[in-house]
Amino acid sequence: MSTVTAPWIILFTPLAAAVIILFVGRLSKPLSAGLAIAAAATGCVLSWWLYFQPPGPESLQFYWLDFGDAFRVPIGVTIDHLAKVMLIVVTTIATLVFTYSIGYMRTEEGYWRYFAGLALFLFSMLGIVLADNFLMMFIFWELVGVSSYILIGHYFSKDSAADASKQAFIVNRIGDFGFLLGILFFWAATGSVVFADIEKSIPLFAGFPIFLTVAAVLVFCGTVGKSAQLPLHVWLPNSMEGPTPVSSLLHAATMVAAGVYMLARIFPILEAAPMARDVIAWVGGFTCFAAALMATQQDDIKRILAYSTISQLGYMVLGVAVSPSWNEPMFHLFTHAAFKCLLFLCAGSVIVGMHHEQNIWKMGALKNKMPFTFLATCAGALALAGCPLTSGYYSKDLIIAWAVTEKPFLGWLAVATAGLTAFYTFRLLFVVFLGRPRDEHAKSAHESPLIMLIPLACLAVPSLIAGLLVTKGGWFFQIEEPEHVPHILHYVLWALFAAGVGGAWLLYRNAAKDPVSIPAFANRLYIDNVYNWFVKNIQDGGAAVLSWADRWVVDLLIVQVPSKLTWTCGFALRFLQLGNIQAYAFFFGIGVVGLLYFLLSK
Amino acid sequence: MPTLAHYLLVSGLLFSLGLAGVLLRRNILVIFMGLELMLNAANLSLVSFSRFNLMEGLPNYNAQVFVFFIITVAAAEVAVGLAIIVALFRAKQTIHVEDLDTLKF
Repeated sequence: MSTVTAPWIILFTPLAAAVIILFVGRLSKPLSAGLAIAAAATGCVLSWWLYFQPPGPESLQFYWLDFGDAFRVPIGVTIDHLAKVMLIVVTTIATLVFTYSIGYMRTEEGYWRYFAGLALFLFSMLGIVLADNFLMMFIFWELVGVSSYILIGHYFSKDSAADASKQAFIVNRIGDFGFLLGILFFWAATGSVVFADIEKSIPLFAGFPIFLTVAAVLVFCGTVGKSAQLPLHVWLPNSMEGPTPVSSLLHAATMVAAGVYMLARIFPILEAAPMARDVIAWVGGFTCFAAALMATQQDDIKRILAYSTISQLGYMVLGVAVSPSWNEPMFHLFTHAAFKCLLFLCAGSVIVGMHHEQNIWKMGALKNKMPFTFLATCAGALALAGCPLTSGYYSKDLIIAWAVTEKPFLGWLAVATAGLTAFYTFRLLFVVFLGRPRDEHAKSAHESPLIMLIPLACLAVPSLIAGLLVTKGGWFFQIEEPEHVPHILHYVLWALFAAGVGGAWLLYRNAAKDPVSIPAFANRLYIDNVYNWFVKNIQDGGAAVLSWADRWVVDLLIVQVPSKLTWTCGFALRFLQLGNIQAYAFFFGIGVVGLLYFLLSK
Repeated sequence: MPTLAHYLLVSGLLFSLGLAGVLLRRNILVIFMGLELMLNAANLSLVSFSRFNLMEGLPNYNAQVFVFFIITVAAAEVAVGLAIIVALFRAKQTIHVEDLDTLKF
């Protein structure tokens, strides 16, 4: 084993597992689950091992497609510090979620299909993490899209699930179109798609900075799609139709993290494009605020968490735009992976306990029925809300501090979001676990099996202490605090945390139904309605025109007319088939005479 | 003393008779005989060309050898053709070509 072979093993083990499960998974449930978990665990162990190895060669590659000097497509892996940390996040979360899935999926249909999908998902995400060039990243980027499509549409016989998976795929496609254009821009300017080469060629852009800005913003479109930023965030809440462990994986380590990771990967390029970073900052800032507003009025336990994910991703994207290095946003990605995965797995545990009821207004008083899940959710909620000393507190406040220093307006917007975060997180916690049971299911709820609780425990610990380890212990990231932070900032954040929790306590501790009703937030600021209107009226109109052209121009004029013409000629010629041998001989004779005349008359 | 033209005239007459037989007669056996007549007309013209095309005082024997081949192959063809006609008669109980128009549209 060496640092050269380890990344390849980490990358391809899940693919091998997926293929094997596809062929033999039908035979036995434990086999398919075992294979997937073994692949994830292998990756996990190797990732941790790799992290503690001394830095070796940072990138290994060979040429996959070679079109001469003009265009070479390398397949290569980078194993710098960023990739190592991300490998740990992805494989560790994956191992825990896979394990949890044994419990969650034990009574569900399509068991082997589910685990094959998970393994493929992991493979795709690891490809993005290890990619050392845009093209390879794009390939795996699309693979993530495909595998998320498979997993979100796991219950494909349900219309809403099928629609949600389709929507996730199509909305991502819009962002990926920009991403691909951005890659082409970079290739056109530098003649390479390898990150390191592009970074070296940044001086080329000096005379024409707008080109770099446009290219960077186009690449950022990929992030907008994959990391569910405004205005392409609509797919993420709908992707809650998938099984809960999938949501957990999707929101914590794979898929949505990919967008932020990509920005961190091209951080040196972004540093050279301050205008592009402005765009990124505004998109991130508004996403984080708007999604938090929407989260305060959702009723579905998973949707609340989905909007909170969008909001937290907004923080990370904002962090990319305002931090001095990639360490700060990745720090938040790291802690967010732990506590958001934890919260989703808790939600899964609640959903199983509630016999697949997801409306929080039908739950209540679950803390007695599911004490362990309650404790784990508390840990996750404290971290998400940014309670002092938990992981979310350190990472989120770091980004907010940088945002306030660099972009004061967006910074204070992010501060306000922190208050909202505390509010909606504890609204969820209080409504689900405190109060009175509001439904028969809530009275008969039961704690989940041990195999689902172990991953909760494993995630609760880093959710609480990861922030301390990084800031005080210097693990994983070399973070940098801004120097000129307004002194009042931290007090404001503490006050907002207290206000958010207190407000939720007052409003929701014993509420039988939602005492606050803000239709705009409950209806997600009507963005989905606007999209529906657009699709129904404008896109469908265009589709009708194209359908007409397809039917009458392509089908009729280009296909049907020549075919019918040939047939008619053939039909006319059929009447020469007399069936009489002497007639044929006569035609033959005429033909010979004609031919002779034609040849000899010259 | 007959010349090449006489031979070719006879050959042409034979060919025309054969062709007329093939085109006009209804009995397949007669049509077959007409075909053989056309073959032999061709043979006759080949032989006469050979006889009158002297090279260094000798006829060109290539054409005569060619005629032997044609006679041989024609014999084989007659054997096959007659066999087919017999089989046809057994199947259809007729050898009139007007009754054999199954392939008509």
